[in-house]
Amino acid sequence: MSSQELGPEHDIGPVQQIPIGEGRNFRIGTMTVAVFHTHAGQIYATQAECPHKRGPLADGLIGGTTLICPLHERAFSLETGEEAGTDCRLAVYPARITAGARIAVRIPG
Amino acid sequence: MKQKLVVVGNGMAGARAVEEVLARGGADMFDVVMFGDEPYGNYNRILLSNILSGIQDPTDIFMNPLEWYVDNDIVLHAGERIVEIDRAAKAVRSDKGTIEHYDVLLIATGSRAFIPPVKGIFDGERLRDGVFGFRTIDDCTAIIESATRCARAVVIGGGLLGLEAARGLLNHGCEVHVVHLGRHLMEAQLDQPGGQMLRAGMEKMGVNVHLEKSTTEILLDPDGKITGIAFKDGSTLECDMIVVSAGIRPNSEIGLAAGLTVERAIVVNNHMQSIDDRRVYVVGECAQHRGKVYGLVAPLWEQAKVFAEHVTDRNADAAYHGSKLATKLKVMGVELASMGITEPEHVHDELIQFTEPAKGTYKKLIVRDGRLVGGILMGDISKAAYLMQAFDRESPLPEERLSLLFDIGAPAQAVTIDEMPDDNQVCNCNGVTKSAIGACIGSGLRSSTAVMKATRAGMGCGSCKKLVGEVVDFFCGGAAEEDPSIHYYVPTIPLKKPELVAAVLEKGLRSVSSVFRELGGGVEDPIAKPALASLLATIWAAEYEDERDARFINDRVHGNIQKDGSFSVIPEMPGGVCTPDELMRIATVAVKYDVPLVKLTGGQRIDLVGIAKDDLPAVWSELDMPAGSAWGKSYRTCKSCIGDSYCRFGLGDSMGLAHKLEKRFRGIDSPAKLKLATAGCPRNCSEALVKDVGAVAIGDGRWEIYLGGAAGAHIRKGDLLTVVDSEEAVIALSGRFMQYYRENAKWKERTYDFVPRIGLEKIRAIVVDDAEGMAAVLDARMQASVDGAYDPWKEAITPKTANQFASLVPVDLEA
Repeated sequence: MSSQELGPEHDIGPVQQIPIGEGRNFRIGTMTVAVFHTHAGQIYATQAECPHKRGPLADGLIGGTTLICPLHERAFSLETGEEAGTDCRLAVYPARITAGARIAVRIPG
Repeated sequence: MKQKLVVVGNGMAGARAVEEVLARGGADMFDVVMFGDEPYGNYNRILLSNILSGIQDPTDIFMNPLEWYVDNDIVLHAGERIVEIDRAAKAVRSDKGTIEHYDVLLIATGSRAFIPPVKGIFDGERLRDGVFGFRTIDDCTAIIESATRCARAVVIGGGLLGLEAARGLLNHGCEVHVVHLGRHLMEAQLDQPGGQMLRAGMEKMGVNVHLEKSTTEILLDPDGKITGIAFKDGSTLECDMIVVSAGIRPNSEIGLAAGLTVERAIVVNNHMQSIDDRRVYVVGECAQHRGKVYGLVAPLWEQAKVFAEHVTDRNADAAYHGSKLATKLKVMGVELASMGITEPEHVHDELIQFTEPAKGTYKKLIVRDGRLVGGILMGDISKAAYLMQAFDRESPLPEERLSLLFDIGAPAQAVTIDEMPDDNQVCNCNGVTKSAIGACIGSGLRSSTAVMKATRAGMGCGSCKKLVGEVVDFFCGGAAEEDPSIHYYVPTIPLKKPELVAAVLEKGLRSVSSVFRELGGGVEDPIAKPALASLLATIWAAEYEDERDARFINDRVHGNIQKDGSFSVIPEMPGGVCTPDELMRIATVAVKYDVPLVKLTGGQRIDLVGIAKDDLPAVWSELDMPAGSAWGKSYRTCKSCIGDSYCRFGLGDSMGLAHKLEKRFRGIDSPAKLKLATAGCPRNCSEALVKDVGAVAIGDGRWEIYLGGAAGAHIRKGDLLTVVDSEEAVIALSGRFMQYYRENAKWKERTYDFVPRIGLEKIRAIVVDDAEGMAAVLDARMQASVDGAYDPWKEAITPKTANQFASLVPVDLEA
């Protein structure tokens, strides 16, 4: 996503919408983004579908900052989007917890 | 400026060595000159017995006809024997006076038949008329010519070659006798029983065998013609021709004369160089490496390769490390393969054998530390290719030892890994070929785990994991490294399952996150989460702290995820039975939610496929049926036939028993899925013999219980645990076995691997006989799990987590 300009931060609601250690899909405008809430208390956002076979990444398992697609166990870094050992990568978007325990995500456009 | 490579000896070793040199671009480095004392091109000496038996013509066994030498610019001096090597002048001289200078010399003079010191065997310097060696095409032609005129031939020597010669002689119409010094035939390759069976086989074909006979004299008539042979024990045997096959002697005299170190043969280092002169290489039967002289062909091929790698500078470190000996006997009518040692040598050596004398079948394997160190196969040698490879590469053997001797259940392994084409797919799920695995080894990976991680091989259905391991081992030349983590329950926590269970109990860890924190150094391995969740659920039952994020998506939303991200819904239907009302509700739901596919499953249930995650709670509520537990590593279902309620052959109430089993064990977590079946009679319409647990009614209220069956990625008939006399006993013993399995199986280890790994005897001792006093504890723990189980579809009413079934959380951007 480096080629595309990121827009302003969007507030997508309270952090409690995502159970710790899981992910959920959020619709921001016309775009669907997978957002994850780690045990370390961090928030990460990635593209919603696995580049391999379009698996729903929000239904994946996460541990540390690794995300595993539920369909074929492809492993990606939540921080960089890179898949270990391949050239494949996910789009990742800046995300954080703001004051008031809300989630803010920046997406292109 | 090219160097000159002179090769003394044009046999299989010399010619093969030159081929290997040419294959490495040696034609640009060397002018090649070869000397051979036979007047032919090079031929395959191993096939001489086929010439003798008349199966092949001499022209059939030429490997390199004379044109090959011309085409490759090799100067061949056929029919010339080298009589002198002048190492100071770096030159050789032949018996015909030809002198060639060399830069590199290869001695490959091979060996000759050993002629034992028997009175009358020589006539002056030469073998007496009617006495033959068995080493060359000329020997063969002379033997055949003589045999047609003879009534009775004797072969001295009951080794591999002697027996091949004897069998060949039979085809020429004479009576054939083998006299052998040893107590049984082929003692280098066979044990006593094997030798006896071979003798019976040879005699059945018409070869007479005389054992423990030491030949002392060739008996002659006054004209010097052979009339028989005499033995040390005073007996004699009439004959008019003799073939001597009493072993071989290396042709190493030329090396001795040249001042090279010669013991049993010319002594070489690991590069196949004479230890006295780096310009002189020696390969084949005239070479002695680490005290050993090899008389078989495989070592020779390896030596030729090492020589070529080294002499062409392809690999200055090319080294020969000795060969392991395995051989097949080429005697028409006798199938025999032998490798390594013939008797166990250590107390811990495992002996596996099978004998069927009436059919002439004898199989004996000696296993040490899980590797094959010796073997004899006679009669049926269908497993020889696999076993010889396993022996040669010292690869680990399957735990099911029976499969070493016979092809059972699984389809025969048609090709060895050696023969497998490079583009063959090893892992079909992820499209990983043999050559792709080879490339990983080439780039430095050394363990199956590392290769699987890099290629994803074995990470689909997992059924090829063993094959991946074998291919990795093949490319590592049998030296694949074992990743220690394969013994751990999960790779990031260095504890085996019993150790992990002990640590969890001791520290009272009830959640997956606490296990990572206390035992895993704080590292959260996402792949390990479901494995740990399953284990904790088994250990703690109702006290387990269910962190949903540790569960695979199927276990978070209680359905099986499909390729499009939708889910399947399978309600409980014990024994494949439902009421008409339930059937109508299923139909109503399928219509209302526009279910794309309604499918009967292999487990006798109805599957509504393609339900959106958001619709799951409503679908469950409207079905108003319990969950069928069709998504997880857990008890899945119990299949059943109609049984004695309606079937005219029924001997037991299979439907009723299936219902009771399912109601008791539904949804119980386990290391891998558990599929059960009950059958009302031994016709087994419900396939109870190929289930993790199967019960078969045999009449009078009695049931057989089978364990460890499978008919999925693996096919295995279940093992009969025991016969019980009530349904209650089936339920009790099944539950006790399942609990033992839950506590002791590795993650994802199905019962078809678990039962053979633990051993049926041990399982029977624990589950049936309570020999270890564990039964009450196992039963109590299973009861706790049963008591702690709940219907997860009740989460339709009270979701467990935020947005549990939301495929999309809407965002109000105006907020």
